[in-house]
Amino acid sequence: MNLKYMYSLLAVIVLFLLAYLGVEAAGLELLFGIVIPYVAVVAFIAGVVYRVMGWARSAVPFPIPSTCGQQKSLPWIKPNKFDNPFTPGAVVVRMILEVCCFRSLFRNTRNSIQEGSKLAFQLEIWLWLGALAFHYAFLTVIVRHLRLFTEPVPAMIKMVETVDSFFRLEVLSDVVRIGVPGIYISGLVLLAAVTFLFIRRIVIPHVKYISLPADFFPLFLIFGIAFTGILMRYFSKVNIRAAKELALGLVSFHPTIPQGIGPVFYVHLFFVCILLAYFPFSKLMHMGGVFLSPTRNLPCNTRAVRHVNPWNYPVEVHTYEEYEEEFREKMIEAGLPVEKE
Amino acid sequence: MSDFPKPDELLSNIDRTPPQTDWMDTPVNIRKGMYCYAANPKSVAYTHLPFPHQWNPMDEDWKLPENWKEILHEGFKVRLERFRSFKLFMDICVRCGACADKCHFFIGTGDPKNMPVLRAELLRSIYRNDFTAAGKILGRLAGARPLTVEVLKELWYYFFQCTECRRCSIFCPYGIDTAEITMMARELFNLIGLNIDWIATPVANCYRTGNHLGIQPHAFKDMLDFFVDDLEEITGVRVEPNFNKKGADILFITPSGDVFADPGTYTCMGYLLLFHYLKEVYGLDVTWSTYASEGGNFGSFTSHEMMKRLNSKMYAEAKRLGVKWILGGECGHMWRVINQYMDTMNGPADFLEEPVSPITGTKFENAKSTKMVHLSEFTADLIKHGKLNLDPSRNDNLILTYHDSCNPSRGMGMFDEPRYVIQSVANNFYEMPPNTIREQTFCCGSGSGLNAGENMELRLTGGLPRANAVKHVHDKYGVNMLATICAIDRAALPTLMDYWVPGVGVTGVTEMVANALILPGERERTTNLRGEPLPGMEDE
Amino acid sequence: MSDKKIFLMKDKNIFLIKDKKYIIAGLVFFIALFTFPFWYNSGKAAPGPELKLTDKAKEAKECVMPTAYMRAEHMQLLDIWRQSVVRNSDNIYVNPSGKAFTMSLSNTCLDCHSNKAEFCDKCHDYASVRPYCFDCHIDKPKEIK
Repeated sequence: MNLKYMYSLLAVIVLFLLAYLGVEAAGLELLFGIVIPYVAVVAFIAGVVYRVMGWARSAVPFPIPSTCGQQKSLPWIKPNKFDNPFTPGAVVVRMILEVCCFRSLFRNTRNSIQEGSKLAFQLEIWLWLGALAFHYAFLTVIVRHLRLFTEPVPAMIKMVETVDSFFRLEVLSDVVRIGVPGIYISGLVLLAAVTFLFIRRIVIPHVKYISLPADFFPLFLIFGIAFTGILMRYFSKVNIRAAKELALGLVSFHPTIPQGIGPVFYVHLFFVCILLAYFPFSKLMHMGGVFLSPTRNLPCNTRAVRHVNPWNYPVEVHTYEEYEEEFREKMIEAGLPVEKE
Repeated sequence: MSDFPKPDELLSNIDRTPPQTDWMDTPVNIRKGMYCYAANPKSVAYTHLPFPHQWNPMDEDWKLPENWKEILHEGFKVRLERFRSFKLFMDICVRCGACADKCHFFIGTGDPKNMPVLRAELLRSIYRNDFTAAGKILGRLAGARPLTVEVLKELWYYFFQCTECRRCSIFCPYGIDTAEITMMARELFNLIGLNIDWIATPVANCYRTGNHLGIQPHAFKDMLDFFVDDLEEITGVRVEPNFNKKGADILFITPSGDVFADPGTYTCMGYLLLFHYLKEVYGLDVTWSTYASEGGNFGSFTSHEMMKRLNSKMYAEAKRLGVKWILGGECGHMWRVINQYMDTMNGPADFLEEPVSPITGTKFENAKSTKMVHLSEFTADLIKHGKLNLDPSRNDNLILTYHDSCNPSRGMGMFDEPRYVIQSVANNFYEMPPNTIREQTFCCGSGSGLNAGENMELRLTGGLPRANAVKHVHDKYGVNMLATICAIDRAALPTLMDYWVPGVGVTGVTEMVANALILPGERERTTNLRGEPLPGMEDE
Repeated sequence: MSDKKIFLMKDKNIFLIKDKKYIIAGLVFFIALFTFPFWYNSGKAAPGPELKLTDKAKEAKECVMPTAYMRAEHMQLLDIWRQSVVRNSDNIYVNPSGKAFTMSLSNTCLDCHSNKAEFCDKCHDYASVRPYCFDCHIDKPKEIK
């Protein structure tokens, strides 16, 4: 059976124990609070640069955009400007649609055989919606975390935070007490989306079949990050002032370990560090790769503007002269014109 | 095909449940009917490609060169550097599964290794093993596996079950194009002499005689002359095509399949009639070439280098003949090559003029560098300007639908031009369902050199989604004719229709144009180009 | 041409890639964005604010609950107080050590911590928290005595 996700789950549990026990039992706050974060950030930046430059080093010999709409041809035929972009400006729009709205994923359909003999195509919007929710929630979470990394906090970040905590939810029973601080929608959406992405990987048979441990690991890791984050905010609260002192210390290169931040915080931080360091060496690099995809980022004006191949080397061809040499007699006999009688 | 299951049996046999074993633990089962015969070593040798040898996919021993692993590793490495697309597509897939049920071969066979994502993973697993740190350290946990003979066979089997139609690529959030990956895989196979014959022999033919079918110049002229006789019988007008004519206005290049086999031949007759009309009425001088007598390019199913070697003839011949620009006939992958590769490979075509229709004065701005115009663009422009005398009622016995061919759709974006032409020359036209046309069109199942006879099961299962959509409009509107602008479609779809939707014929768009076109001085036609009675003429 | 020859061409630096500058620009932009906190604070350490206790608070030694609990949970305690007062009309709070307090932000909390700007706001501002308590409860209203 497919137990690939067990490896990943196990890995994340081990990471959790490492950080939790490392801080709680071994008192390695210095390692988990300062050394690892710096290492992770350096690994992330160096890794991303290495990978992107690796792609940049490879040539783009041919313009191979996928054309997903009517080409620009005759003046009275309406071209599909953004699915078949003719100008660089239109390519930018296509890329924005792709990167910000997941345009291609929006086309998704689900195919099935109905009534024994009919192929049916249903709009399949859930992956698009789930992916969109996941990415935007994650982005919001990152942006609002900047309040812990900046002093004074820029107005923009305050605004994001205000919008994010717009909804009020209050549960004040004896067991669960939520209400203050306000609920961040992004955190809940992130947790829900990551759960959805995990569930579809184990429930949809063909997606389960193609999934690798490397597909589950980031899901569990991000789940762990969101979960510990929510835990710290609503349930097992940490001293936010101390957390900010640590964060600011890191980014201002005056690292300190303030007293009294719980181990959950270090687990949270450690998960984030693992994600950062893991990022460049994994499929998560699709974040950078999506910008470089030659089927999307090239204009579809391939007959109007010549694309240059940097390694366009001369090849062996069969020339007309060689051709005529072989068939001259027959050509003359058939009345075909020849160069040499 | 006698031992072949009936359509409904085949349909009910499609099982999309993935096997119990992981794909890496499911060995390849090379099955008769699903693969094409190995390349004839003579053909491989003729074009000086490496390791021509006699081998059989069913044999245990494929007689590989001793250092085949090393050759493939080096070849892989070079291609990662030469093609960013390849490197990127090896790296960034997240296996979201959006592409999975977009492939006609997966829909038709249910074989999970026909899901585009898994087809690519077959190769990615090797990439990870050989070129990534994670793969080297974590091995299988990171989705890596070493290249073995078994794995090579699996790669070969499945990359010759992809028609490079690019349908998956439009659904991929990162634009990962399996066609590109398949092209690379096939380049790699060619480094160790593992092509299929249905590709290798047409390539050798094309290299030598100028066309895939190996038609020599005199025979080429003979075949067209044969059509000239037929056309005279039908229309009473004798058309006179030019061959290799220096100083003609336009060089016309179309796939040789249209010269050779029904129903493409009727399309070819259509070209002849159209050019005769333009010559008589507007004095346009179009020439055919026997040297560049192939529009298609099976080299593109071999390697980029072979693609370039075959494609070079187009510009070379246009230059030799001193024409103004080139007009291209109805063909699928030919237009992928022309639209996205030709200018880069063999250009710049500075010896040609920017294409302008001498009849309407329309400048084909979109083709100003490549200097090659598609016949549908050209004809649509003529019709729009009222330059053709047409009687669409001659096509009234036909109820048409239009099959967008993969390459002009997703490698060019030509959708409205042929539709405009069809609707101008015929009165009964119905579209297939939206998820099966335009950029979402389904392949005929026989593209990219897979239209052989021995892989019929593959072709028919792969053609299911297309045929099923045709069946829908056949049942609903009585559609009896499927129009296309691709020669492989014209060769492959009749078989597909006979199997899945009997009663639907296949035609080229220009055949429809020629049926409706009223030539100056023609006698009243009683039959169409196929010799079938025109509507209202059934009793004569 | 063999793969090897093309390799040689590459060595001769024929691999000129014109879009490299865009890619590098994109990378620089991304790194600048990612490292925003590093350059925004421009290396200045910003330790958490020192809280000033009023004499009255100092004298009391302990708040309604232990200091550590108050630091982390004061907002929740206030929320519970509010519910108790507004919905259950119960305005007496008895802490675990048996001491009773009137549940009132204005009259109990702010009575000791009358230096809102120095006590509440400093920390709230530092952590970028904007509680809506003070939308209504302005500093210790004088008229209610």
